[in-house]
Amino acid sequence: MSDGVQELQKLADSIVGKAKSGEQVEAYISRGGETSVRVYEGEVEHFVSAQSEGIGIRVIKDGRTGFAYAGTLDDDAITEVLAEARDNVQFGTVDEWAGLAEPDGVAQIPQKFWDEELASYPTDKKISITKELEKLTLAADARVRAEEANYEDGWGETAVSTTTGIRESGRGNSCYVSVSTLADDGDESLTGFGFSVGDSPKEFDLNKAAREAADRATRLLGATKPASKLVTIVLDPYVTSQFVSILSSVLNGESLAKGRSLFADRLNQQVADARFTLVDDPTNPLAYTATDIDGEGLAARRNILIENGVLKKFVHSSYSARRMNTKSTGNASRGGFAGSPGVSCLAMQVQPGTKTQAELISGIDDGVLIQDVSGMHSGVNTISGDFSTGASGIVITNGTLGAPIREFTIASTLQKMLLNIVDLGNDVDWLPMRAVGLSLVISDVMMSGA
Amino acid sequence: MTKSQTTEPLVATDVLERVLAKGRSTGAEFAEIYIEDKRSTSAGLDDGKVEQVTSGRDRGAGIRVVSGETTGFAHTSDLSERGLLAASEAAAMAAKQGGGGVIKVQLGATLRHPVNNIKISPDGVEKSRKVELLKRADAAARSVNSAIVQVSAGYGDSLRRILVANSNGVLSADDQVRTLLRVSVVATGDGGMQTGYDSLGHTIGFELFDENDVEELAIRAAKQAVTKLSARPAPSGAMPVVIKRGSGGVLFHEACGHGLEADLVGKSASVYRGKMGELVASPLVTLIDDGTMTAEWGAIGIDDEGHPSQRNTLIQDGVLTDYMWDYLRARKEGRVQSGNGRRQSYQHLPMVRMTNTFVINGKEDPDDIVRDTKHGVYIAKLGGGQVDTASGDFVFGMTEAYLIENGEITEPLRESNLIGNGPEVLKDIDLLGNDFAMGNPGMCGKDGQGVPVGDGQPTLRVRSLTIGGTAA
Repeated sequence: MSDGVQELQKLADSIVGKAKSGEQVEAYISRGGETSVRVYEGEVEHFVSAQSEGIGIRVIKDGRTGFAYAGTLDDDAITEVLAEARDNVQFGTVDEWAGLAEPDGVAQIPQKFWDEELASYPTDKKISITKELEKLTLAADARVRAEEANYEDGWGETAVSTTTGIRESGRGNSCYVSVSTLADDGDESLTGFGFSVGDSPKEFDLNKAAREAADRATRLLGATKPASKLVTIVLDPYVTSQFVSILSSVLNGESLAKGRSLFADRLNQQVADARFTLVDDPTNPLAYTATDIDGEGLAARRNILIENGVLKKFVHSSYSARRMNTKSTGNASRGGFAGSPGVSCLAMQVQPGTKTQAELISGIDDGVLIQDVSGMHSGVNTISGDFSTGASGIVITNGTLGAPIREFTIASTLQKMLLNIVDLGNDVDWLPMRAVGLSLVISDVMMSGA
Repeated sequence: MTKSQTTEPLVATDVLERVLAKGRSTGAEFAEIYIEDKRSTSAGLDDGKVEQVTSGRDRGAGIRVVSGETTGFAHTSDLSERGLLAASEAAAMAAKQGGGGVIKVQLGATLRHPVNNIKISPDGVEKSRKVELLKRADAAARSVNSAIVQVSAGYGDSLRRILVANSNGVLSADDQVRTLLRVSVVATGDGGMQTGYDSLGHTIGFELFDENDVEELAIRAAKQAVTKLSARPAPSGAMPVVIKRGSGGVLFHEACGHGLEADLVGKSASVYRGKMGELVASPLVTLIDDGTMTAEWGAIGIDDEGHPSQRNTLIQDGVLTDYMWDYLRARKEGRVQSGNGRRQSYQHLPMVRMTNTFVINGKEDPDDIVRDTKHGVYIAKLGGGQVDTASGDFVFGMTEAYLIENGEITEPLRESNLIGNGPEVLKDIDLLGNDFAMGNPGMCGKDGQGVPVGDGQPTLRVRSLTIGGTAA
């Protein structure tokens, strides 16, 4: 454990030590830093170097919860945060299930979150990598312009202590590069992006990021608006990842407890095609969002949620678990020191199929390869299940990719889409997102266009 | 007088001068310090219980140093002179160009340009009164219909004091107050669950709730959910769309607002690049962005670069008259700032952002607009949206919509997105009502930063928009 982390844990312990009789207290402390480089036309557009820290304190007494936070670790501020959290307790409604997590004996699975090479990586090389990425992108295709090339890294240390015996801390760092591209098509321009993620910059694949950014922007050149009809869609891995992430809300145990899950009463029933198996596994080090503990400090663990299309499990925090008379699945999630924990899937993985994307496409007579979607936040309702998003992609005719299309929507319901999964690819891509990517084929989706 | 109305500066002027001088010490031509002290209170009710009251404090400084085309930026939560000088040095090193020497910065009196009149500062209001609003909303929503099975409600207020100083001598300050209430409702019926949502937010204090009825808001959200229980699937394909007043400003926010931000235009990442002086919309359309619009959600006294907010005409009678500008983009293009340089917090760099964006009144009676539409969709409430400014393609969600058949509003429709292309949709606006209203408070995201914005429009018709439903 680093000195910084130990210092945070001590601070968290000292706050918890101030708990009065009958009070449960949780102190969550974090500290971190970031470097951000943006390059445009060969010059550094901005260079950001910044550190931040903060504390969130939760106090529970007689079934009532209060919370407060501050973006500083000054002694005065911490005293004020504890006082505010205590003051806020009186306004809560008594909730018999309110409470902090208690150690449950599940062992953590150790993973590597800290990379020494990244921690000491020189600034000038961060800049030169970003410039190199822009250069490679422009070289990848003469029709492409670069809107921005970025290098980002960050490190963080966190510690959480509670009066119920949770005492966890750790640190991690990460980095990525990304590039945004434009390809002109008359008055309009089409956009693309590419990225690369690694434990340290030496793992970046700049050529791949540049190639993908150029391809994404150019492959839709000349795209037209299609006519409306029912089609089979192939979701590109990047789109599948976004689609699978949505299922986190549907499988959320707190939503279930509060009557907001469209899968209520469906446990052990067929909710998806038998080819579909979904696991939440933050203990898999390949997952970008892998972690050893959840937002309450319990060990992260592997949970099978949907197996061969059958709904097996909802994910829970200690609170939702108490309400549903079950045990936490280690799925408390936390956005940082400024919020108290909620519930969500942490690292979602779909069991892959056996075919490449090309093989999947070759079996489709009339379909669309969906390369991008928009408006996931405005057109998908995880309570009613209504699904409608903007999309762009490439027409599939008799097993062959054809003309590019854009400015259309794809629509169905989440319930139907899961049952209409007809195949899955073997092209697993560990994207920097909450869910893994792979090609996913779904039938009977309404494409709406001209 | 409450503590929020103190005029004591966040940091003394002589300290600011030394910090800015340090920022320019490596040869940079511009240094800026942005100081923020924000206190917030929020409360959430769900499942009949007040789950948690939260108090928050965010305080710190962001220091920006510009040298040629390069911006260096650092931020700190340490507002002591030592902390600020260290951050300033870090920003200066990040933008380092060589050269330097002793720089002196002199600041004058602090500019204030208040556009809102706060009657009851929320930090002086008992938390119990804030929580009471949630209980009232819960009870009102549940009283609407036995089909209502779940209600969640949220209250939030924030008091954000900012101070901006730069090496050009700008010294400005603003106290920004925001108060908000939102209600989400779930109703259940034979066809499954449906949701309703409404919100109320202004840049005023707790008097918000003297001037607006919480029960009315909750009942609207509940009725929306209940109405949708009998909704049929939304249609697919392109057809005329009538958008109710005050519910569709997001259309302009996405169809052209973002595309008129000078940073995107400057990188030729907007479909509106090079279109100044050209007809880009139906001649019915006059589009304004107005940060001075008293009490509206996007109203600000100064922007986050210290420039006073102002009213800017972006499109006049269909002709593109100007883009929106921040300091850096205006400097590069030899233009003047327009009060649109905004940032999420002291931890972020400013960029070009909208404030309150709206289309002013036309001449039509809104009822005539519906009567004139043989077959189409009437949208009473829009959700969020998203745009690709380079292609102009944008989507936005409809959360409450109905069919129009033979000039009459008929059956409710299930939720879906709509998709269109900005320049085409602007030209396709063929009827504009005389019933202007501002819409719900919004949060606009760009490049990872969220800022509060407002929007508005009168009832209007778009000749053809693609509805992303499932019905043939």
